[in-house]
Order: sequence, then C-alpha cells, then structure tokens
Amino acid sequence: MPFREAFRLAFQVIWTQKMKSSFSAIGVFIGVMFLIAVVSVLEGINKYMTENVVETFMGVNTFQLRQRPDFVGEDVPREQWNEWRRRPRITYEDADAVIQGIRSVPVTYAWVSYTGQDLEVEGRRVQGVQITAATEGYFDVKGYKMADGRPFTAQEVQNGQPVAVLGHELADRLFDGRNAVGEELRLRGIPYRIVGVVESQGNVFGASLDKFVIAPALSPIKRIANPPRVIDAMFVKARTLEELEVAREEAEAVMRSRRQLRPGDENNFELETSEGALDFWANINRVLMTALPLLVGIALVVGGIVIMNIMLMAVAERTREIGIRKSLGARRRDILRQFLVESASLAALGAGMGILAGLGGAALVSATTPLPASVAPWSIPTAVGLGAGVGIMAGLYPASRAARLDPVEAIRHE
Amino acid sequence: MTDTIIEVRNLTREYQMGAELVRALRGVDMSIYRNEYVAIMGPSGSGKSTLMNMIGCLDTPTEGEYWLNGLEVSTMGDDALARVRNREIGFVFQTFNLLPRASALHNVELPLIYAGVSGRTRREHASGALSRVGLSDRVDHRPNELSGGQRQRVAIARALVNEPSILLADEPTGNLDSTTSEEIMTVFEELHAQGQTIIMVTHEADIAAHAHRVITLRDGRVHSDTKKAA
Ligand SMILES: Nc1ncnc2c1ncn2[C@@H]1O[C@H](COP(=O)(O)OP(=O)(O)O)[C@@H](O)[C@H]1O
Ligand SMILES: [Mg+2]
Repeated sequence: MPFREAFRLAFQVIWTQKMKSSFSAIGVFIGVMFLIAVVSVLEGINKYMTENVVETFMGVNTFQLRQRPDFVGEDVPREQWNEWRRRPRITYEDADAVIQGIRSVPVTYAWVSYTGQDLEVEGRRVQGVQITAATEGYFDVKGYKMADGRPFTAQEVQNGQPVAVLGHELADRLFDGRNAVGEELRLRGIPYRIVGVVESQGNVFGASLDKFVIAPALSPIKRIANPPRVIDAMFVKARTLEELEVAREEAEAVMRSRRQLRPGDENNFELETSEGALDFWANINRVLMTALPLLVGIALVVGGIVIMNIMLMAVAERTREIGIRKSLGARRRDILRQFLVESASLAALGAGMGILAGLGGAALVSATTPLPASVAPWSIPTAVGLGAGVGIMAGLYPASRAARLDPVEAIRHE
Repeated sequence: MTDTIIEVRNLTREYQMGAELVRALRGVDMSIYRNEYVAIMGPSGSGKSTLMNMIGCLDTPTEGEYWLNGLEVSTMGDDALARVRNREIGFVFQTFNLLPRASALHNVELPLIYAGVSGRTRREHASGALSRVGLSDRVDHRPNELSGGQRQRVAIARALVNEPSILLADEPTGNLDSTTSEEIMTVFEELHAQGQTIIMVTHEADIAAHAHRVITLRDGRVHSDTKKAA
C-alpha cells in the first residue's frame, strides 16, 4: 500500500476516533508543549539578559576593576572563595594609578562603593534601597538621564558635599509624587539635600531598577560603605569594544605592577566585563537546559507508552480488519506500514498541537509575567522530529504484531 | 483440452490442539479446470473450510502439494502468497467480511490498493465491479446501510475486481434467507456464464444444485466427486 493510502487511512481512523486519538496523543502533546514553552521562555530570558540586563548592570563597553567578581555562577569552590577574600581591596591609589595608566584611548570612569538602607520620609518607608557612593563620572558611565534637577558635580565630590540623586520610583514613593529636588533625606543619620532625580530605568524580571540613591564618593556616607580609602569598584567606559580591550590591558598592567606580581602569577584583582556577567547567566542557562531534556524525555517516554498501548488495543480491536486486508492481498509490510503511519501521525498530531500550545503558553507567560519569551527556531523541528520518532518507536511493536497475524485466525476473530 | 487451474496432491492439514492432533485434511487429491463451477459439500467438521483456506492461500498445508496455474503455491513465502491472494483469488465469506466503516466503493477498492492501482483507475474498476453485481446505486453506502444480500454482492464485487482466476465462496448463502440466496446464485450463474471459475462450499443441496460438479468431503478426505451431465 503506498504511503499516500496509509496516511489517508490513518487520518480517517484518527478522525473517526477523535476521543481516543486525543487521549493517546496527550503524552506527546504535553512533552512537546513543555519543550516549546520552556525553551521559548529560556530563549527569551537569554536574549533579554544579553540585550538588557547585562547592559543595565554592567554598562555598555564597560569594565569594572574589583577585588573579586560580582557575577558568579553556581558551585564556586570554597578555596576560590577564600582566595577572593584574601585579595587586597581596591584603594583610591589603585583607582588613580589605573586611570593615569590608561593612556592610549579616551575613557570615562567612576569610583563606586555600595551600601544599603531602609529609607523613610514622613512615614513613607521604602525598604532595601541601594546607596551608591560614586564619583561624578557615574552618570555618564551608566548612561543616566535626569528627569528632574541635575547630577552632582566634580566639585561636590571633591568637597564631599552631602547631596544626593534619586532613582525615579524611589523619589515617587518617598515624596508621594511631589518633586523631590530640594528636599532633604537622611542617609545613615546624615542629612543630604536632593539635587536630582534620574529617569526611570524600568525593571528586570519585575524588580525595579529605580530604587537607588547616588551620593558623592567622598561625602560622609563613604565611612559607612567601606574602610578608609577603599572602594568596591571602579567602572571604566570606553567608546568601543576594541578601545575597551586596550584600556583593560593597560589597566591590568598597572595593577600587576602595583601588586608586584611576577609573570606567571595570577591576578589578585578582577577586571570584569559584561562577558563575565554573561558567563554567570550562561551557567544558570546551562543548568536549566540540562534539566529540560530530562523533563521532556519523561513526558515523551510516557507519551510513547500511552501510544504503544493504544496501538496494541487498536491492533486487538482491528484483528478482523487486518485478517480481511491480508485475505485481499495485503503483505506484512503493508500492514506494518499502515499501523506505523497511524501511530506516527497520532504522535505528530500531538506534537503539532503541543507546538501550538507551547507557543501559546510562551506568549501567555510573556504577557502575564515579567519573564520574556522568544521562540527558538530550532525547537520546532526538534519537537516535530521527537514526536514522530516517539510515534514510530511506540508503533513498532504493535505494528509488527499486526503484520504477523495469521489471516485465517484473524478473520475468525470477533 | 481443458486447462487445469488447481492441482492438489495429498493435501494434509493438521492442527495441534494442546496434546491432541486434529487432522482436518487427511490427503486430498483433486483437479479443478478452467470455467468449472464446483460445489464442495460435506458434514460440518469434514474439512471444507480448511480446504478452501488452503486453496485461497490463506493457509498452508502441513503436507502435500498445491499447484495454482502451474505454480507451486505450497512452497511459497508470505509475500508471494499475499500476491497470489491479491491477483489470482477472489474470496467470498459466509459473514461477508466487509470493513464496516468503509463505503461499498472503498471496500471494493481494497484489492486494487494492494495491487498498486492508483486513483481514478481504481475507482473506475471498483464501480465497474459494483455495477456487475447490480449495485451501481449503492457505491457510497456503508455495510450497515445495506441488506445482507447487498452486502454479499459488495463482497462478490470485491472478489472479482482484480479479475481472479478463481472465485472461492465458503458458504456464501449461509447467512441469507432463501430468496436472497437465490439472487446470489443467479449472480454466480451469470459470472460462470461469463467464464468465471467458481468453487463454492455449501451444505445445502439446493444451493449445490446450481454447480456443475459436486465434490463431497468426509473426515478430511474426498468421499465423492460427481459431474452433472451437461
Ligand atoms: N484453527 C484450528 N485449530 C484447531 N482445529 C481446527 C482449526 N480449524 C479447524 N479445525 C478443525 O478441523 C476440522 C475441520 O474444520 P473445518 O474445515 O472448519 O470444517 P467445515 O468447514 O467442513 O465445517 C474440525 O474438526 C475443526 O474443529
Ligand atoms: Mg466451514
């Protein structure tokens, strides 16, 4: 029997037994739906991480000079942590020397130290606000635009003036929508005057990027953020990736000589770029991508077993039909093909529906949660292939049983 | 000189039923010639169906030889037998054995599908066969929309559609009332008149009376073989 006939027959059977068909395809349906939805969400997060998040946290064309990396994946060995902790902190002198040492390309830079606090103004409380003690270059490095007021100046940094710039949402919440510029805010008990509010930066995975206060690096908050003459990081921003690489190499040379490292010694400081941050995400991604095949695999195996059972039932129910077909000249391979095509079509149909549902699920996730979703093109052919493969595997045994039936006995079967 | 279509020598078929050996055929010898109309009679359990299944290539003998159109069928493999069933044999059963969900036309198309005939030719041949048995107005009906006699005529059309060398019928009127049985016998007679070789199993004498030769089985052996005077 040609394939065309086999397909026509298969779809006829599937159509006339809609209930049973949908039941038998459900495992494959679930497996494929899962595959598509999860892969789409992961792919979406992936894209989002590369395009938005990393740039938000790290800045474009920026590296950070730090004691130890900020973004680390899972499973950092204890010895590594210990090594990181033993490293010297980054000092004002380190930062000055590095900026002096970057000669070949123009860069902007900022010193950065972090602390955190719950803030309260007239009974309105915002918890876990990040306080960044930075130099004036920070606004440029981060690409911040002002919604109100102005950034603080180099002069104010030098003099350690108690002035502050707020993130948009924080300003709104603390001052209840009033203009915050000119108002006073207590940071660790020290009164600061608000001079500006930064435009809203939106959110990442639902977490606001606007809950921050920026204060001059040399203002009183420095005593709370870090030991004397120590900073958490220096951000260095170049105009292009190529120039960034040059700046990074010059910075490395300066730091190695300051730390008196010999050739062959490992760096005891970190020059972290967005690639490092991406590595961090890549680690998470890898874990998820390892778990996924397992989940999909389980669903597909279960789906395969369901299909196999349904096909065995079909063979039992249609024993007489098989006998009749054989009596009319169907060869073993004709019967084999008929049942294989049927189970493969069943699985492919389940896979097709699963793809649609998975796409729908991914769309739903991206519409109703902060998680973005983006369909990975490879996931669709993979899903179809897996579905059909499961169908063929599951159909093999029932179909070969059907093909081997004895025509006389099969015809007598009731 | 008459052509031999079927040549059977010492045909034996045994079934193992647990510890017991059932000897359904105990050495049958016979020859059937082109354009014969043969009735096979005998009491229940005498081996008629077993013999028909053997001749129809649905079953293979335990011992003995079976030659069909000069080819030895008894040594053929599975695929070759399927091909013989498809091209050389038209089988009509007591219980019709139509596919219940398929239309009359599709039922008749089945042997053509397995013969590899495609599309339009197939439908033309199938509806031709249906009109030969007087059912051109029932092509789209399913078996459950047809009377017993009509179902059997669909089965006959299906048996004839590949123009087989022999038409085999195992108690074709066994499930039909006497009027309908007579209709089917009329169809057989017309087919025979057109040159069709027919072998028919029956245990009813008045049905057997339509045939031109009657072979009687008893206990798995040929008991008698009589030709009607022309
Ligand atoms: N598949 C089988 N297994 C065991 N015994 C069988 C089988 N088919 C037929 N027989 C036995 O073979 C004998 C002949 O059966 P059958 O050819 O059907 O007789 P008839 O058609 O003349 O009534 C019977 O005794 C029957 O029980
Ligand atoms: Mg019988």
